[in-house]
Amino acid sequence: MGNLYKLTIFRYDPESNKTSTSKYEVEVTESHWTLLDVFRYIKNNLDDTLTFRYSCGQGICGSCAVTVNGRSILACETQMKFLDSFDLVIEPLRGFPVIRDLVVDHSLLDEKVRAVMPWLVCKKDPESDKERFQSVENRAKLDGLYECIVCGSCIAACPTFWKNKTFLGPQSLLYACRFMLDSRDEGKNERFETLADKDGIYGCHTIFNCMEVCPKELNPGKAILELRKMFMNEES
Amino acid sequence: MEDPKILTENVVDVPLRNVHKHDVIIIGAGLAGLWAAIKCKSSGLDTACMTKLSMPQRSHSTAAQGGIAASLGSLEEDHWEWHMFDTVKGSDFLADQDAAEILVKDAITVVREYEHMGAPFSRTPDGLIAQRKFGGHVKDFGRGGPVLRACYAADRTGHVLLHTLWQKAMELGVRFYTEMFAVSLITDGPKCAGVVTWDTKNGGLHAFKAKGTLIATGGYGRAWKITATSYSYTADGQYMALRAGVPLEDMEFFQFHPTGLFDRGILMTEGCRGEGGYLVNDLGERFMKDYAPAKMELAPRDIVSRAITSEIEAGRGIKGGPYINLDIRHLGAEIINTRLPQIREISIKFAGVDPIQEPIPIVPTAHYSMGGIPTDIDGRVLFDGKSQIFSGLYAAGECACVSVHGANRLGCNSTLDASVFGRRCGIAIVKDFPNLEHLPLEEDSAKMASEEIGFILNQKGSIKPEEIRNELQTGMQNYVAVFREEKGLSKMVSVIGDMYNKMSQMYISDKTLCYNTTLMEAMELRHLIAAAEAVTYGALNRTESRGAQARRDFPKRDDENWLKHTLYFRDKSGFRFDYKDVNLSRFVPEERKY
Repeated sequence: MGNLYKLTIFRYDPESNKTSTSKYEVEVTESHWTLLDVFRYIKNNLDDTLTFRYSCGQGICGSCAVTVNGRSILACETQMKFLDSFDLVIEPLRGFPVIRDLVVDHSLLDEKVRAVMPWLVCKKDPESDKERFQSVENRAKLDGLYECIVCGSCIAACPTFWKNKTFLGPQSLLYACRFMLDSRDEGKNERFETLADKDGIYGCHTIFNCMEVCPKELNPGKAILELRKMFMNEES
Repeated sequence: MEDPKILTENVVDVPLRNVHKHDVIIIGAGLAGLWAAIKCKSSGLDTACMTKLSMPQRSHSTAAQGGIAASLGSLEEDHWEWHMFDTVKGSDFLADQDAAEILVKDAITVVREYEHMGAPFSRTPDGLIAQRKFGGHVKDFGRGGPVLRACYAADRTGHVLLHTLWQKAMELGVRFYTEMFAVSLITDGPKCAGVVTWDTKNGGLHAFKAKGTLIATGGYGRAWKITATSYSYTADGQYMALRAGVPLEDMEFFQFHPTGLFDRGILMTEGCRGEGGYLVNDLGERFMKDYAPAKMELAPRDIVSRAITSEIEAGRGIKGGPYINLDIRHLGAEIINTRLPQIREISIKFAGVDPIQEPIPIVPTAHYSMGGIPTDIDGRVLFDGKSQIFSGLYAAGECACVSVHGANRLGCNSTLDASVFGRRCGIAIVKDFPNLEHLPLEEDSAKMASEEIGFILNQKGSIKPEEIRNELQTGMQNYVAVFREEKGLSKMVSVIGDMYNKMSQMYISDKTLCYNTTLMEAMELRHLIAAAEAVTYGALNRTESRGAQARRDFPKRDDENWLKHTLYFRDKSGFRFDYKDVNLSRFVPEERKY
């Protein structure tokens, strides 16, 4: 005997431009089944038009973030037994344009992250036949910053972003911090021109929803505070 | 996307409307594709890179965990000659040694260039790139103990390499087309004019004209039930190449990684053993002593996978079940949290096991294709598999076969292969560019692609794709996995015939073209079947055991008859084999013992 889950799933059909909801009942007998397994079960057996995005199936590519009972999660790494309800309302990631059903247009993530120059800025080329030194301590400063898988959960949960679509958002600011704290980087001043702004590090209201929802347990809110501190020190 | 016009007509009858022209088109945005994109773009070529996924960062390269091999010698003596010997011996002497030499020499440059681009490698106490042990990588031409050669960033090496390349490509202004599914190459004999794609997001069919077209689409682990690879790993590039008349090389050699998390098969990096983890059977024994007494858990993957499978078959799986244990508890919480944090996270999330407290249940898992599209040492596709260049067509990464891995790949040589040959391929395109030309599109350039889509949309049968997919994955898992024999392989041949019949009665109810993942998965299923067919026939044809091809009915390596590469050609009338010699420039084949 398994557990019976009742799913109410948001639908959007781009060809007719209509929204609706579909209800499905799925009995889960395998204790390790994830939400993605349930989605695929529905698609393969009940309704092949249900559309959702996924790729790696192991919580590392960031494709499958959806909203479940109001909270964004990665479908592929969430086992059904860890959800706190048998009634699930499933919607696309909030704040993004919907392409079809649970699939959203991610391109705004790209635009926002591009704005913070997410690459190592070096004034001169390093010597070609050796690596640059970085101490273990300096490398450790990047832990908690470099692991982002760009799933979009944090920005979907960010109240500032709900109100202000030009806010750079937690994901790109986390990315910015990853480079600003890199001992090899020389782009601080250039980046602060973009970051030190109400659409940048001062747009954050320190609500920390981003930290709450991050499936990789990263803390963009803390990174934003780190950037503010860094900027204040630069100024003084 | 700036310029696609949205097409909503039935694609089957649609003429090409959206024609894009670039100097270079790269299909796939993993390590190989991005390296080539960076090299082409930084030389001033108008470079476009497409992926069927929603972002380059979704590419399966991100799943690589343990590291990238290079004889940097950060912590102890190492030489590229040692790395080359290990690679060749690991390949069971089927690797082309001229290519293997390039792989290990370029390794040093490639890893340093990653660092220069900003990759956050873990560091040694002296601030150098950190290195760990990995299976089959040893000192002194196989005579010494394990060597610290795998450069790593915790257990997220693929993630950091992929993101670093994507960042660089973005800085340079490479044009990306996302959710763009390449369907067929536009060719005229052995000349490539570009590729026809289906824009899965907007629903139109597009033609991309380019002087240089690179296939960098990865592997096809999804042909098996238990696999460490992404759902999107479906042989798309191999299928396109086959249909353009190119053979596939050495497809019978498919690697099973020893340690996939039971029962899905998610990768548990070899780095677990590199850091000192044990493999233990139900009796609590480190059973590798019976299979590779000198190298134990750090023997190459084909050997460890066979050992685990043999233990399970002998009833020594944990509690008699189909898995054994990977025990890393003795490494302690600190090492696990700093060097293997993702392993811990995945074990907890998917198996409910915290490796600090309990051993991890593992099973061999379908992982990597040693074979693929034959290329020269600069990624140029070989039309006859031997020497005839397919003008304007390139391949690199897992979908290609240079061949540097021969019959079995060593750990950390895949991120390396994709990087070295993706990079070389980009350099080769730049070099070849003055002699390449834009070929004209013909009236029927998109015919193959629209037929491919129409084949699935127009079926009126009643069989669900899932039924066929299950048949494929179950068959490959049962008959074409770690051990093989004629009886099982012949069974798989009949399963393949049955699947082809069923494909013509396959029905999908979703007929739209905009984000129709059912259609896409059905197309991917066809690609997987074509790849599985090449693997199965290749395995049946090769009557010896070498590397990952372990035939129970032919347990010995047979250099006299089989020290040669297989070339598998396939067209509508059927398949045929050809062969080519192995390049043995430096090391003479010897018995392979660990």
